Amino acid sequence: MAELKPSAASRRPLSPHLQIYKPMLTMMMSIAHRITGAALFLGTLLLAWWLLAAASGPTAYGKFQAVMESWIGLLVLFGYTWALIHHMLGGVRHLIWDTGRGFGPAEREWLTLATLIGSIGLTLILWIVGFLVTGGA
Amino acid sequence: MSKQQSMRNPLARVRYLGSAKSGTKHFWHQRVSSVALVPLTIAFVLIVVGLMGRNHAAAAQILGSPFVAIVMILFVVTSTYHMWLGMQVIIEDYIHSESKLTWLMLNTFFCATIALCCVYAILKLSFGV
Repeated sequence: MAELKPSAASRRPLSPHLQIYKPMLTMMMSIAHRITGAALFLGTLLLAWWLLAAASGPTAYGKFQAVMESWIGLLVLFGYTWALIHHMLGGVRHLIWDTGRGFGPAEREWLTLATLIGSIGLTLILWIVGFLVTGGA
Repeated sequence: MSKQQSMRNPLARVRYLGSAKSGTKHFWHQRVSSVALVPLTIAFVLIVVGLMGRNHAAAAQILGSPFVAIVMILFVVTSTYHMWLGMQVIIEDYIHSESKLTWLMLNTFFCATIALCCVYAILKLSFGV
């Protein structure tokens, strides 16, 4: 292929990409859906560790619990909870969109905001209930 | 475009055709697994909350009980399949070099290993071998 002169290359029109659009909630939540999905992908390592530790015995399980009860472990678990719930609610929103419903300007904003508020709210409720049940242990 | 029209109806051409020769299978399987994962994820979260703070003996007993074990296996198998499909799309979107094939293979190996580890652990807790 023939080399293009720099001037010719720079005059080529580029298709618009992310940086040209005004950030919108639906767009941010679409990105969040993919990021939470990827995070949950890696998070299954914790799930596998948990189940294998339970299957291995009290020593392995104690090690898992000690890590998860440290502040960094709790932080990861908190993030995991939010990512799981957010991805699930986002998935429900996409399923609604798949049926062709909810695409109106007001509806799509409302749906998107609802998944965000819902995921944060549910995560906080779950953790408060969890702390009440276990007595903060 | 040739003037000669295909005798096949459009649906028959779409089914199992297209560049990947799999039609809408990937899209559809992701949707089916996502529908299944809604109740399974809720059940999984409730199981985890119920096991929080319990010692090994209690956790192992609950995880190995038939109902919990079956729900957990369904959750693990469905989510590893769902994330295998999802990560495939992410890789195809961002990796355009020849290493794409390697990443797709690693995705398959990772998901299969996670699924096997989890199912093995749950069955071991269930049958107590």
